[in-house]
Amino acid sequence: MTYARDVAALARKDLLLELRARETLPAMLLFVLATLVAFRFALPADASERASVGLLWVAILFTALLGITRAFIPEREQHVLDGLVLAPVDRSAIWLGKVVATLAFLAAAEVVALPAFGLFFEQVTWSTVAAVALADVGICAVGAILAAMAAAGRARELLFPVLFLPLSVPILVGGVGAAVGDDPARYLAFLALYDGVFAILAWASFEYVVTE
Amino acid sequence: MAVAAAVVLVTGVALALLWAPEDADQGPSQRIFYLHVPIALTAYACFGWGAWKALRLLWTGDQRYDLESYTAVHMGTIFGTLTLVTGSIWARTSWGVWWSWGERQLVLFLILFLFYAAYFMLRFSLPDGPGRARISAVYALFGVVLIPISFLAIRLAENFIHPVVFTRDGPQMSGDMFFTFCVSLAGMLLLAGTLYLNELAGKRLDLRLRDLRESLELG
Repeated sequence: MTYARDVAALARKDLLLELRARETLPAMLLFVLATLVAFRFALPADASERASVGLLWVAILFTALLGITRAFIPEREQHVLDGLVLAPVDRSAIWLGKVVATLAFLAAAEVVALPAFGLFFEQVTWSTVAAVALADVGICAVGAILAAMAAAGRARELLFPVLFLPLSVPILVGGVGAAVGDDPARYLAFLALYDGVFAILAWASFEYVVTE
Repeated sequence: MAVAAAVVLVTGVALALLWAPEDADQGPSQRIFYLHVPIALTAYACFGWGAWKALRLLWTGDQRYDLESYTAVHMGTIFGTLTLVTGSIWARTSWGVWWSWGERQLVLFLILFLFYAAYFMLRFSLPDGPGRARISAVYALFGVVLIPISFLAIRLAENFIHPVVFTRDGPQMSGDMFFTFCVSLAGMLLLAGTLYLNELAGKRLDLRLRDLRESLELG
């Protein structure tokens, strides 16, 4: 129970900071809308409707990148992480708290992005919504630990997308497959598998990333 | 070991070119199979070995595993790049294109190539020390989990035009072909092992030299 309380407290800290400073979320919202508009002009007029589904996934992925990149940089720069590591909490709780917070940001951005996509392009199906929900978990689980790794290095903002994009290819396959494939359930199951495997790996190994 | 690697590898190539029967469909170009597939399997073996050493590092905290894991990943990336090159040549001769998104193994190796290139970026961006060793190790572990997941993803995403040689019923080739394949594979693995040991010895020597130089400057 204390573990859940720790996670909730850590996530609350990030959400409160965001409420006061309002840095990440407005940037994510504007970015996802601007990306969708840019994609509208990147597609030729006679492009198939199915192509736009792929663009939705690229927009979601890049928006997540934008939000998660910042997740651990203030922690490193203002030495918050040193305090968190010394605090009497399980270190994986730091990761889980970050996952919950970034998940909240990403979900908020998508609440705007999906209707906007429906308005600009084509109707969003239920299987797409389910795939987005499953993919968010995987994106945030993998993203939170990779952002912590990238923030430890010199390149920081530059490094995170390079680390993350190869790992996100299976998410794109699952997401686009669920939207355009004949059998969405298979792709949703694959996304769930991805979430489970990488969440366990990240949860178990996060401790080694932040220990000094 | 270097001599053994050279002998077995030359034997493998000789067998592949001169002795193994010609493929009825693809003709002589099929013979690159005896190089391409052993190189790919060797790359997997290197990545697996690197992840195993990474796991040992996290488990025991012994710093010497860091260099071993890094060297194995380094070798894996070299063999992975060779897989991309040989696969591309094969695709050109068989299908007339340098690159085909239909070929699962090649796409997988492209993803892995990007992933492990990022491994090197990560490693060179971190300050030297136990922190770097641990973070690199965690990333290397993500790599071996990514291999089967990506494989599954590509399978889900693809139209299947790649010839599948190994099925659940065992290898679909004649005994002579299989023997040649095994000799080539053994040669490649020996080559990778030799390179790995040489590289490791070289890197250890570098580190020792640096330590000695530092203590000289201090003294």
